[in-house]
Amino acid sequence: MFPTATETSFQEKVDQDLNIEPKDHMPENYRLHLIRQISQHAHSEVIGMQPEGNWITRAPSLRAKQILLAKIQDEGGHGLYLYSAAETLGISREEMIEQLHSGKAKYSNIFNYPSLTWADIGAIGWLVDGAAIVNQVSLQRTSYGPYARAMVRICKEESFHQRQGYEIMAKMMKGIPAQREMAQDAMNRWWWPALMMFGPHDSDSPHSGNAFKWKIKRKSNDELRQRFIDKTVPQAELIGLAIPDKDLKWNEAKQGYDHGEINWAEFKQVISGNGPCNKQRMAHHVKYHEEGAWVREAGAAYSKQIQENK
Amino acid sequence: MANDTQLDLWEVFIQSRAGNHHIHAGSVHASDRQMALQNARDIYTRRNEGSSIWVVPAKYVTASNPDDADMFFDPANDKIYRHPTFYVMPEGAKQI
Repeated sequence: MFPTATETSFQEKVDQDLNIEPKDHMPENYRLHLIRQISQHAHSEVIGMQPEGNWITRAPSLRAKQILLAKIQDEGGHGLYLYSAAETLGISREEMIEQLHSGKAKYSNIFNYPSLTWADIGAIGWLVDGAAIVNQVSLQRTSYGPYARAMVRICKEESFHQRQGYEIMAKMMKGIPAQREMAQDAMNRWWWPALMMFGPHDSDSPHSGNAFKWKIKRKSNDELRQRFIDKTVPQAELIGLAIPDKDLKWNEAKQGYDHGEINWAEFKQVISGNGPCNKQRMAHHVKYHEEGAWVREAGAAYSKQIQENK
Repeated sequence: MANDTQLDLWEVFIQSRAGNHHIHAGSVHASDRQMALQNARDIYTRRNEGSSIWVVPAKYVTASNPDDADMFFDPANDKIYRHPTFYVMPEGAKQI
């Protein structure tokens, strides 16, 4: 099939690193790819509030509690920036929520793991947000304008998230043996799921072809994963945490770490709904969405009333 | 779920400090102008990004069509005499 004239001008713009804006011509599959990716990203921000929300009432100090509240509020904000970006592609907020609840739209697998101890809050900020930042920094140059702009804003805010997580881990590693054990235990449980956040190996990545051609994606899953590992390992060593990977070693030739094999069977299990918290996360979202319906209805009724009284 | 409204879409413009332009920051959902302002404040100014916010119902924004951009913006291209560099100044003229 030969490309049509509008497809050519779309691809020309992309090739020249010009952003695509909402009213520009775009191939239907570009639009659908972005809706899938941006809405999944938005849902991840919102669902990601749950494992952290689990610790608000049990934060070990007022300082820690204020920080955690601010961080969770940021995550909600990030979800809203991204929902807005997706809406410019012609999908409504209602449809996106509906797709989340029906299981048609996914969210990041990482949030299907439980936050069992306070150290998990440290590990989530440091490792999970750390992995997300590596991905999001690269997405600041994605070809779709509204998505790229949301990423710029999000990246500015995320670095606080990662630093607060690392601070928690560093503090615990300076504490009593029980605290150090707790930190190491969190590290052991979150390291591999964090590596899985970058998705399948490049050789096994189903959505990559067009994503690169259209410059939605700028760096491959394996490139981003490598970048995350290379910056995180020295941070772990600095505070005395061990990386739970016996095959991890520095590779002088590639100037990066080699890592052990990722358990993709576990990844597939969790992504297909059998992770420790899948059902709980979704039930929680559905419950509060439904219980909040009266607020949205009251808002709509009020808006109607003030328009009629004009 | 009956009538699962997510409320109306508003565009948000933020002035970072007095004297600057209001610049488009993104959008929010809200039922009325007061909720739109409060949501915009909570979503876009959590770190002192703003000293003033405008919210505008998205349905009232009229945008130019990118397909017509060449034609629409064309009249500006052939009037280079609107730029100061068009004019030939006598050699030695200063502060002009």
